[in-house]
Amino acid sequence: MRHLLSTADLSRDDALGILDDAEGFAQALLGREIRKLPTLRGRTVMTVFYENSTRTRVSFEVAGKWMSADVINVSASSSSVGKGESLRDTAKTLHAAGADALIVRHPSSGAAQQIAQWTAETDDAGLVTGPAVINAGDGTHEHPTQALLDALTLRQRLGDIEGRRVVIVGDIVHSRVARSNAHLLSTLGAEVVLVAPPTLLPVGVDTWPVTVAHDLDAQLPSADAVMMLRVQAERMNGGFFPSTREYSVRYGLNDDRLRLLGDDGVVLHPGPMLRGMEIGYSVADAPQATVLEQVRNGVHVRMAVLLRLLVGTDSDQQRGDDKVEAAQ
Amino acid sequence: MTSAARRVLLDSADVNRTIARIAHQIIEKTALDDDGDKHVVLLGIPTRGPVLASRFAAKVAEFSGIEIPTGFLDTTLYRDDLRGQPHRPLERTTVPAGGIDNAHVILVDDVLYSGRTVRAALDALRDLGRPATVQLAVLVDRGHRELPIRADYVGKNLPTARDEDVAVHFTETDGVDEVVLGPRDTTAGGSA
Repeated sequence: MRHLLSTADLSRDDALGILDDAEGFAQALLGREIRKLPTLRGRTVMTVFYENSTRTRVSFEVAGKWMSADVINVSASSSSVGKGESLRDTAKTLHAAGADALIVRHPSSGAAQQIAQWTAETDDAGLVTGPAVINAGDGTHEHPTQALLDALTLRQRLGDIEGRRVVIVGDIVHSRVARSNAHLLSTLGAEVVLVAPPTLLPVGVDTWPVTVAHDLDAQLPSADAVMMLRVQAERMNGGFFPSTREYSVRYGLNDDRLRLLGDDGVVLHPGPMLRGMEIGYSVADAPQATVLEQVRNGVHVRMAVLLRLLVGTDSDQQRGDDKVEAAQ
Repeated sequence: MTSAARRVLLDSADVNRTIARIAHQIIEKTALDDDGDKHVVLLGIPTRGPVLASRFAAKVAEFSGIEIPTGFLDTTLYRDDLRGQPHRPLERTTVPAGGIDNAHVILVDDVLYSGRTVRAALDALRDLGRPATVQLAVLVDRGHRELPIRADYVGKNLPTARDEDVAVHFTETDGVDEVVLGPRDTTAGGSA
């Protein structure tokens, strides 16, 4: 793996490997006074965020710092982007300034992929070099590390993902979380059901590895987990549903629906939650809800991804910097 | 290839005799059976170290009646050769209840080779606590040290060539107790 741009690119082995490593990090850091590992000492990780974010940026920053990487945060509002610099020039500048990894959030789908292409270089030995690019959310496309932390949370709560039924509810059309989860959970052997009003389903959803339904109440009794999505008002540029109240009544996870899911069901939400809209006030704090576990797992998953991209290399795509003799 | 053939250097009886001998040495060197409250901890380094550590603990208990706690110490995240190497899956690290502060920690590994694993283990230990002393027990010392590190307990000193591989097998993990010298084989238990 050189980049993490989409969960559709992840093999089952890679995905399970990342989840296992994330568990390994959780375990390695458990009960320690000093939560610092020397693994990425001397490596420079830059987060480049063109959209606001609390948990994703902080999570990557903590992950990098716990592994001793030098973490530099670049936000669009406080950088040359505000002066009109193009994404391409910003990315190449950060590469030239020494970034080993670029963690990119951008409102345009495909931005992370573009940055990976713009910053890739071939060295004298013909090896592809350049920073590892991690997609931390690109438009309505993908958010792979969110899907990985969701999968880790599901695995911890349910024991295994294979054969489980996960219902993803809400604003599918604007949700990169839904897209990443649909691919990843399907790769890991889960059955994924999307529940949304027809107006909030993307064109081409029939090509996704999922089934689609519109009645949430009918899906909950047979579900092992339900993933609520935030209604993304900032991306709503048309009348996707008549009113927030109607949406909440039909698709909100309230106490009655939580009972349909059962005590063993798992409730996920990528955050930020709109309490009273897609998720009820008390549901968000119910024992079935895993929102804070998801955040904790997020740090460990991102440590695992950084480990895989920055220190492990594939034989055909080595970064040509170190030829350390195998000392085993 | 200096040695194309696979040679069994220690068979099951040899391995067990060696483990028993080192267990006696551990008791003697740490004065375990003397009066006093000795806090000795065995930390096995994956992949074969933890098995070896529990074997030592069992023998120590058999000979002295004293139970010494064992744990796992994964050194992967502390290695200095991670860059440019294939991805290594993480193993677990478990420190026995009571921690390692002021303990006499004995690191346990199957093969001592370059010494880099032991250096990584010493770094990892520093993040876990402050032991009173740290010792090293290995089943095989195959030479070729790249760092000034030596073992306190050695089962067998084994002169080897760099293109040879020393594989340690245990019943618990491989179905048989033996130490095998053969051409380099990356699938077998480590040459550390």
